[in-house]
Amino acid sequence: MARRVVAVKNGAGIGAAILVAVLVLAALLAVMSRAETGAGLLRSDWAAVRFTVWQAVLSSVISTLLAIPVARALARRRFAGRALLVTLLGAPFILPVIVAVLGLLTVFGRSGWLNQLLGLAGVPEVSIYGLHGVVLAHVFFNLPLATRLILQGWQSIPAERFRLAAQLRLGPRGIFLTLEWPLLRQVVPGVAALIFVICLTSFAVALTLGGGPKATTLELAIYQAFLFDFDLSRAALLSLVQLVLAGGAALAALWIIPAISLGGGQDRTLQRWDARGGLQRAGDGAVITLAALFLLLPLAAVLLRGVAGLPQVPAAVWQAAGLSVFVAVISVLTLCLLALPMAGWIATRQRGGVEAIGLLGLSASPLMIGTGWFILINPVMNPSDLALPVTALVNAMMALPFALRILVPRLRDTLADFGRLSVSLGLQGWPLWRWVILPRLRGQLGFAAGLTGALSVGDLGVIALFADQDRTTLPLQMYRLMGAYRMEAAAGAALILLALALGIFWICDRGGRWHAES
Amino acid sequence: MKYLTLAAGLLGASAAIAETPVLTVYTYDSFVSDWGPGPQIEKAFEENCACDLKFVGMGDGAALLARLKLEGARSDADVVLGLDTGLIAAAKDTGLFTETAVSADYALPITWDDAVFAPYDWGYFAFVHNTDMTPPKNFKALGDSDVKIVIQDPRSSTPGLGLMMWVKDAYGDEAEAIWQGLADNVVTVTKGWSEAYGLFLEGEADMVLSYTTSPAYHIIAEEDESKAAAVFDEGHYMQVEVAGRLANRDQPELAEAFLNFMVSDAAQSILPTTNWMYPAVMPSGGLPKGFEALVKPENARLIPAEEVPAIRDAALQEWLGALSQ
Repeated sequence: MARRVVAVKNGAGIGAAILVAVLVLAALLAVMSRAETGAGLLRSDWAAVRFTVWQAVLSSVISTLLAIPVARALARRRFAGRALLVTLLGAPFILPVIVAVLGLLTVFGRSGWLNQLLGLAGVPEVSIYGLHGVVLAHVFFNLPLATRLILQGWQSIPAERFRLAAQLRLGPRGIFLTLEWPLLRQVVPGVAALIFVICLTSFAVALTLGGGPKATTLELAIYQAFLFDFDLSRAALLSLVQLVLAGGAALAALWIIPAISLGGGQDRTLQRWDARGGLQRAGDGAVITLAALFLLLPLAAVLLRGVAGLPQVPAAVWQAAGLSVFVAVISVLTLCLLALPMAGWIATRQRGGVEAIGLLGLSASPLMIGTGWFILINPVMNPSDLALPVTALVNAMMALPFALRILVPRLRDTLADFGRLSVSLGLQGWPLWRWVILPRLRGQLGFAAGLTGALSVGDLGVIALFADQDRTTLPLQMYRLMGAYRMEAAAGAALILLALALGIFWICDRGGRWHAES
Repeated sequence: MKYLTLAAGLLGASAAIAETPVLTVYTYDSFVSDWGPGPQIEKAFEENCACDLKFVGMGDGAALLARLKLEGARSDADVVLGLDTGLIAAAKDTGLFTETAVSADYALPITWDDAVFAPYDWGYFAFVHNTDMTPPKNFKALGDSDVKIVIQDPRSSTPGLGLMMWVKDAYGDEAEAIWQGLADNVVTVTKGWSEAYGLFLEGEADMVLSYTTSPAYHIIAEEDESKAAAVFDEGHYMQVEVAGRLANRDQPELAEAFLNFMVSDAAQSILPTTNWMYPAVMPSGGLPKGFEALVKPENARLIPAEEVPAIRDAALQEWLGALSQ
């Protein structure tokens, strides 16, 4: 089953992987080249490393574990509004950090809804600030992503398997052991690694909700080295530590993913005979309700504040929104060019270790990448002239690991099922993609494109370094409003941002799932 | 090759004649935003200069200086506007700046005698609170109270750095003890000013570190008089925002003219209600209505620019030690 399939050519995939590695490593080398002898890593830097790793491990384990029952419940149930819920659940992930944090604080903060309720009941105030607050926020951001990724794995189990299991009278436990457990073993390590890497680069969330400098992360130490001390050698060293941690975690996780396939099916509509009992129903209902409340209440807070601020939103915000959509479209196209060949290459390999290269872009500090490329470009031309292509490329790179995690499992299955047939038919190159791979990858590609587009709309990223007065993106404009005391107008801008990001996500995701069950 | 150089020279020369000169000014991001002073300043200066004033905005003062260091002598900047007194020493160390002849009748609480940088606005750091509470009178009283505050991290924010220097200047060797007293008052520390101020407006804390001029925004732009700044009897640390011009650029006269413009009546009357700071020179029309309601600290504190780097690093270690426990 795991025999190497030769139908997909590897050249373009290897090329894309090299490009990503070069983009990151060149930036790192550029920063190092400008470094003067610095003090090396300080003791406080190692404290930052310890805290960063610890909170990232907690966040990733908890997000992933919680996502399993939520994904299972969503996979087993069909109800009115399910599609809308699945789309909305993607929202926390694509919100700009500061908007999400303010939303969370409206619910969990010192004078938030939760504490008002507790106050009515005479229960003492609960504080969100501390390690638990950091983890809570990271779970809020990443639970939806984990849920979607695991849900997608669930849906890759062919309907025929469930049919067979039902004929064999397997109960929920039997189905879990024979069908769902092997699936989880294949999906969960990759998801956990991805979330670990996301949380590794956390900065503002960890600092704000961590309650102070004891919640100093690596990214803050990098920021300090660049801007407070202008110690480029320390900044480069810290970036290297970050890359090694992320790369190591990803390699370990991707390596243990077993190379098994759940086998092919005829893409029939799924029916779950095992999940019909009242207890099963009630359990799934409770899980979905709890998850929806946890994720949607802070979003409701963002919505309420945004609607109030909407009338104050100045015209410049709408212009910025237009530019942001443009950046998102370019980023999505760039992503497809990078991710598809890379996924094709990875899927033909027995072990998924090389997927770790995709994580480089996500695990590198945006400040490091921005500064490095600034150093490289500046002698040749004005960096702000390249603001747009650099932003699109960096956005695509940040989204690449998500895209790979979404595309690779399905692609691996497709090649296992159709690879030999394709080879015997002499199908290869573009026709292979056109007739065999892309149609079966449509849902995954739509999801990946939607995620990339939404992330690009909300990302401040490197554009701040390649500043350009005439081209302002929506997140930057929102931060400027906040910086000018206009918090209400900023809340309005945040709502527009949220609507745009969700809109792009919905269009792409829907396009991919059209006529498909997901 | 010779011909190429010659052609380039000729083209360059003719282009210079044909085009109006461009003056490039690097500044922090909120200065150039549509709601900051940038657009109005640009319009007013271009009326008389027969030039094109081009603002390039980036991050905050610290990011501005980092960018200059990265660019070195290749920088496009003619003028850098938006460094503060805490960054002057580091900026001079780059050797990129040159002296200016700008002088004015400054309305600063201190005497200004820097040969390289000219101030254009200033403010006092202060804790802003809602008027329905009685704020503590100093850091010790704040530490003893159960008043909750939000502050910014000195490693990533200029107000955060200002607060750290304020405590250090007022208390010297006692500063660490003061921070230990404040530790249980600090709800959280944020990356920048916007996050902290947003948290305060959300009701997460009773007071937020900002400026004595912050209530002016609420009074003038929102007709909301529910915000005030607390006066501390230790005196208040100042932030003086300055501009300077770079050496070896091709528009020295224009750059000097711009620095002069920044302390002129035209620019100074724009700054109070766009940058929400005090003007460095009192405009002929006086301060805008609403500013008279602001509290005025009796005692201004400022550590001399050249002493900042050494004090800063020691103060940071104390700050980290006290708040990390």
